[in-house]
Amino acid sequence: MTTPNVLEIRDIYQTYQISKGLFQPKKPLHAVNGVSLKVARGEVLGLVGESGCGKSTLAKILLGLLKPTQGEVLIDDKPVADLDRLDIARMVQPIFQDPYSSLNPRKSVGSIISLPLRVQNAPNPETWQKRVEETMDLVGLPKRVYNNYPSQMSGGQRQRVAIARALINRPQVVICDEPTSALDVSVQSQILNLLVDLRQELGLTYVIISHNLAVVEHIATRVAVMYLGRMVEVADTDDLFEARQHPYSQALLNSVLTPDPSLGISDSHLGATYPNPIDPPSGCTFHPRCAKKMAHCDSEAPTPIDTGSGVVECHLYKD
Amino acid sequence: MTVNTSKLPDPATILEPSPTQLLTRRAFGHTGLMIGGGILLIMLIMALFAPILAPFDPYDQDLAQRLIPPVWHDKGSWGHPLGTDNLGRDYITRIIYGARISLLIGFSAMLISGVLGTALGVAAGYFGGRVDMVITFLITTRLAMPVILVALAVVALLGSSLQIVIWVLGLLIWDRFAVVMRSATQQIRTMDYVTSARALGCSTLRIILSEILPNVANALIVVATLEVAHAVLLEAALSFLGLGVQPPEPSWGLMISEGKSHMFFKPWVIAIPGTAIFLLVLAINLLGDGIRDVTAPENRN
Repeated sequence: MTTPNVLEIRDIYQTYQISKGLFQPKKPLHAVNGVSLKVARGEVLGLVGESGCGKSTLAKILLGLLKPTQGEVLIDDKPVADLDRLDIARMVQPIFQDPYSSLNPRKSVGSIISLPLRVQNAPNPETWQKRVEETMDLVGLPKRVYNNYPSQMSGGQRQRVAIARALINRPQVVICDEPTSALDVSVQSQILNLLVDLRQELGLTYVIISHNLAVVEHIATRVAVMYLGRMVEVADTDDLFEARQHPYSQALLNSVLTPDPSLGISDSHLGATYPNPIDPPSGCTFHPRCAKKMAHCDSEAPTPIDTGSGVVECHLYKD
Repeated sequence: MTVNTSKLPDPATILEPSPTQLLTRRAFGHTGLMIGGGILLIMLIMALFAPILAPFDPYDQDLAQRLIPPVWHDKGSWGHPLGTDNLGRDYITRIIYGARISLLIGFSAMLISGVLGTALGVAAGYFGGRVDMVITFLITTRLAMPVILVALAVVALLGSSLQIVIWVLGLLIWDRFAVVMRSATQQIRTMDYVTSARALGCSTLRIILSEILPNVANALIVVATLEVAHAVLLEAALSFLGLGVQPPEPSWGLMISEGKSHMFFKPWVIAIPGTAIFLLVLAINLLGDGIRDVTAPENRN
């Protein structure tokens, strides 16, 4: 039995034209460079990669905020290009990293959470307050904060408000852009567990963008590793954390610091420089930093190879 | 023994004060704001109730009673508390009626320029790109024109009436609104709540009205007060130069202009309307500074 894909992207390119000066020609920057991905209903997809690898651009494309230069996004097997922005909003909702900037400081909690209902012009306005209170209850916010302003709340509470706003219209997919990294460590686990509970309760699908590999390991069922606008490895979480295949995934996951100082800082072999995305390396874009570089890596770009449970894009695994 | 719990506040209502309450509390603790607001309030009452408050008719001339000094002068009397001008018109009456013209011009010009400048500035800041380029060019063009000179030229061409002065000033002083609103909007539009509103499917108009404008309102109010003061001063200058409000209207600038030939021997003739302009502009500026301090406490120095 195949699970229907709630979200699918096919060969997405997002190119920005970067001006290098008044009289110089503009150069293209491929923020997302030919990415295809399927997200099955009910799954939690972790999206990891260094800063600048195109994760956030991809998130914006998934939210319908950015029209990709090329390629197709399908929500529930319907192309996004044919959908109204309100239809997209009903199906896909974001949760942002910083709850201090994701809530309008001039609006009360009730007004923030009910905004989706007002925008969608939901039926029965008299039930809106009840729906807001139900959703607040769902995310663990006490009813008394209904008339509070964001400035009167803690970071964790604010993030709960942001989650409530995302969930009030019961979307199918929630895109979480670093949902916990701006929070206190003690609150991070609360929010993560809340996300896990909500997923079971509401049958949600998550795309979780994170730098924190522990978060991804804890919550994701499948992980996609991005490097310089390409999806270099997609695998089930357990497989990836046990037996990662792509040298970049290996380096990334080995670079996690351990609390034991006697182990020292692990050497990721990545070197310090992240290549300039305006002028990406030839062949496999990862070859200048790769520990297992082979002769043809700098001339030939690897193609995605099906590994059974996922995809890896590396010459090492070519038969 | 039972404790009467009905007197205790419900725990649900014990909250940190809401932003509005905090704002009121800070506003009443701010001396400059209170002084500025107080003077402005007095001026507003003067303007609104001029016919009741003024002891004489502002246009009534009495050539037998010319240039009577104010009451604190040796020859002054309570008959004309601030004396009379060179046509024998009661000075305090004309000051009171003059507040009407100054405030009318100040607030109307501020409203016109505020709507124009805010619309342009928010559009430039929100849309960026080409829109920003065009609007920035408009702002630069406007900044390159000397206000008084252009106002004089236009008034000289079109004739001077109260309405024309208001429109000319309103269409000339929108630059500060546009500049401030542009940068404030640029700052706000990168916030996640704007992205979030877009992801919720809000229309651009809705985002601008309900997400952007409330968050740039502080800056808007401060600029608005400064522009009222600016317009009041410009009106006084235009009237002084003879191309603003026309006689016999009781404008403060015009009163200074009419009194300037008596400046050396009867200095109160220009000192009194001068003080009135000074007080009004000071009050508006104090109010603007106070509002800035109160609404953005983190920027207080």
